[in-house]
Amino acid sequence: MAARSRRSFLVAASAAVAGGLGLWWLLDPRRQGIFDRMLGLNEKIGGGLFRRQARAAEFSRSLAKIPRVNGTEGMSEDFDVDRWRLQVTGLAAGRQLPQFATDLAYHTEVSDETAAKFPATPAAGLLLTLDDIKALPRVEMITELKCVEGWSTIVHWGGARVSDFVAKYSPATELGSLPPYVSLVTPDRGYYVGWDTPSILHPQTLLCYEMNGEPLPLEHGGPLRLVTTAKYGIKQIKRIGRMAFTDQRPADYWAERGYDWYSGL
Amino acid sequence: MKQLELKHPLAVRWLHWINFPMLALMIWSGLLIYWANDVYQVEISGHEVFRFFPQPFYDALGISSHLARGLSLHFFFMWFFTVNGVLYVAYTLVSGEWRSLVPVAGSFRRAGLVMLHDLHLRKAPPPQGKYNDAQRIAYSGVIVMGFGSVVTGLAIYKPLQAAWLTALLGGYECARIEHFILMIGYVLFFLVHIAQVIRAGWSNFRSMIAGYEVIDAVPASPAPGKTGEGEATR
Repeated sequence: MAARSRRSFLVAASAAVAGGLGLWWLLDPRRQGIFDRMLGLNEKIGGGLFRRQARAAEFSRSLAKIPRVNGTEGMSEDFDVDRWRLQVTGLAAGRQLPQFATDLAYHTEVSDETAAKFPATPAAGLLLTLDDIKALPRVEMITELKCVEGWSTIVHWGGARVSDFVAKYSPATELGSLPPYVSLVTPDRGYYVGWDTPSILHPQTLLCYEMNGEPLPLEHGGPLRLVTTAKYGIKQIKRIGRMAFTDQRPADYWAERGYDWYSGL
Repeated sequence: MKQLELKHPLAVRWLHWINFPMLALMIWSGLLIYWANDVYQVEISGHEVFRFFPQPFYDALGISSHLARGLSLHFFFMWFFTVNGVLYVAYTLVSGEWRSLVPVAGSFRRAGLVMLHDLHLRKAPPPQGKYNDAQRIAYSGVIVMGFGSVVTGLAIYKPLQAAWLTALLGGYECARIEHFILMIGYVLFFLVHIAQVIRAGWSNFRSMIAGYEVIDAVPASPAPGKTGEGEATR
């Protein structure tokens, strides 16, 4: 009895020490890469199981509220809404469209560091006005804006589906043959998000220009922002300046600060 | 005459002790997430009567923003917590251990007797068996809670892809509250569990480490030290 008990306690103590040391090693901030790899694995699973047919809950109009303004990154004061255009690169078609341009520059002043990440003059592409976006089928959805912090607000959005946008401006492209990623950047290049293409083509992902029946206010991302049920608010970039379909996994503001790059709901 | 009796199989002991740090890490990382927006409070007719974490709490602990860290930990350890729980349930089902763990007819009535006895309001000890009826309810209940945490967690984690599940649980906001309440349930379970383990004494605790418990032998039983797993039930 005593011997058996002693042996068990020895095993238990060793296991406890080994487990404790193991966790202590693992939870050291220097091992954050291990947790990031798991986020990558979760992304593979989430992306693999992604169903375009899934729909998040929609609500009645009376429940819609004005969401909190939660972050001003990329929302420079000197923004000139009249000069705003949406730059779009990476879509196969476009050259024959009247909106095709070879100089997509905004001519905004940015730091060298920002300029290195996002060149001032991206490759030739489309330079679109808000009317171009409004010419697409208008869609309304009353959905929960979910913040990664945990809160959520029901908002009534109006805009155009990204999938309709792609169908219009890249009609020859099969959806499956698009580049795997989309990069979205504010005009001042101060805020930027990376998306996987399947999520951005989800029917509940909109290029949004209306909120609660009004034109989208500047502080909520006017003239054009992204809204979705497929990702947290950190991915729903306000004041989109540039949209690039790309083979490179795009830089993402909050992913660079420790958050899950995929953030898929 | 005393004899040894196998009380807790090796698998149950390992899974139990692995669960302890996994659950603790899930609660800790969950709180790191919750603290990014700590809005839950108990209200009676619009007046706040109780807030879970008042400001002095944060000041004392020096907790600031660890949301990203909390999320990455939560979405790491969730796999280990879930797999460990699934293994435990699978083991109890396959081994037949579940028979001594699930509540039976009359368990809820007799659990009341256990409580009265434990609170020194009733002298006569209730029937014990391997687990008494209060234990049966608590240990089965906490497994149901674990299942609930995984399900409500999935509803919060994938409210678009698992929208049907989120809807079933009353929506995203409700699922979050349910997930939070279950966490409080674990904390309460833990407090009672620890108090009861201390009360039950050393031999009981040792059985969760070594597996064996010393019991008074009934005359027909085999000699000490020869008790195999086959005779472990009483």
